[in-house]
Amino acid sequence: MGVKVSLGVSLGAVLAIVAVALVGGGVSSLQPVFGIFVPYAAFVIFLVGFIYRVVDWGRSPVPYRIPTTCGQQKTLPWIKHDKIECPSSTLGVIGRMILEVFAFRSLFRHTKAEMSSGNIVYGASKWIWLGALVFHYSFLVIAVRHLRLFLEPVPFLINGLDLVDGMFQVGAPTLYLTDLLLLGAVSYLLVRRLIVPKMRYISLANDYFPLLLILGIGISGVLMRFFIRVDIVSVKELTMGLVTLHPVMPEGIGAIFFVHVALVSTLFAYFPFSKLMHAGGVFLSPGRNLANTNRAKMHVNPWEYPVEIHPYEVYENEFREKMKNAGIPVERE
Amino acid sequence: MYDAWKILVGLAIFVGLFTFAFWMNAGKAAPVPEVKIDTPEIKKMPEPERKCVEDKHFMRTTHMQLINDWRDMALREGNREYVNKRGEKYVVSLQNTCMKCHSNKKEFCDQCHNYTGVSPYCWDCHIEPKEEPKGNES
Repeated sequence: MGVKVSLGVSLGAVLAIVAVALVGGGVSSLQPVFGIFVPYAAFVIFLVGFIYRVVDWGRSPVPYRIPTTCGQQKTLPWIKHDKIECPSSTLGVIGRMILEVFAFRSLFRHTKAEMSSGNIVYGASKWIWLGALVFHYSFLVIAVRHLRLFLEPVPFLINGLDLVDGMFQVGAPTLYLTDLLLLGAVSYLLVRRLIVPKMRYISLANDYFPLLLILGIGISGVLMRFFIRVDIVSVKELTMGLVTLHPVMPEGIGAIFFVHVALVSTLFAYFPFSKLMHAGGVFLSPGRNLANTNRAKMHVNPWEYPVEIHPYEVYENEFREKMKNAGIPVERE
Repeated sequence: MYDAWKILVGLAIFVGLFTFAFWMNAGKAAPVPEVKIDTPEIKKMPEPERKCVEDKHFMRTTHMQLINDWRDMALREGNREYVNKRGEKYVVSLQNTCMKCHSNKKEFCDQCHNYTGVSPYCWDCHIEPKEEPKGNES
């Protein structure tokens, strides 16, 4: 698929969701479908799908270590062992996992290859690491902030996070820093795929779709907060109804809210079937979560078929006379 | 499953985090806040004249932007006159216009702000009205 098709399909899908929600959310008899049924269904698909994928991975045997080392393996005492990049113990693996999960260490190692006066040159390139880190942490803060709509009373920490995120007190309601950071980072990740020829070549519809979907979620959220405002008290009445399992559909919530919810529900439902499962997958990556003990310990394949072996000693015993007759040297006479 | 207990612990944490709000709210009702608009100033007005600066839907969704604009008008531009959509003139003042009627911050402002986790910074500069905990309407 060329970039026009993959980008077109992804953009078309996102716009179709927006259009359906915009029309459906404006019809009061359809509002319970978009406000209650779709979010519940998406959430169940997310939980069940996520568990299914992880259990499925868990059932795949990984008998041997796949160390994908980027550092010196533990060896002779006078050769310096890289304990984090090539751990030999569980503690080292925990260190590597923490750095991977919280600081995206493998992205930090990203390099860029360029031709410079006939030679290929590798240089550090931290932009993708920075973009990914800003994107993920902004998304986390935004998700946690949304708990103010799902908890009553609103916990002190959630209120505190809200205050810190809006600390510049720009306008009312206050501008959140993470809103800007998220939109900026997602745009960067999308533009990067589109303008770097190598990235465009390897990008597919399933790369563009999540980015456009999250961009849509961000834009609809910002629109709802600052421009096409909805009554937040009615919104919380709805969300509290959802989490107390007594769903209610308050009247008079604007269609923009249903657009936002439809896009978020799509993200939830799409999650288990997509590359977004790297969230669970990072914990089950053999290349990250296994210590490199390939040489230090004996690893036995648990389902190895018991092969009948035929060592040379037995071979020679069997064929000694024939070998002697043919003039082939033997070890024992 | 290989490394079953590690994976199951991980999955339990995952499910726990994502269903956190359901557990926290289990068995609890979440009453919608009630805002009181029965202050003496409002009661004094005859029924048909009980109107806010703008209509109810606008005030419910967008009052914070209006108040923010009022701050800029009054303090930065020195303009103390606001003409609403109905063509009526109002004095741009939180304490003399808004709070003349809505003098019950605890039963009016705070109800929804606490419910939705909003901490407006009006009171960084303005003095909060002195209120008895209950029944200060006289």
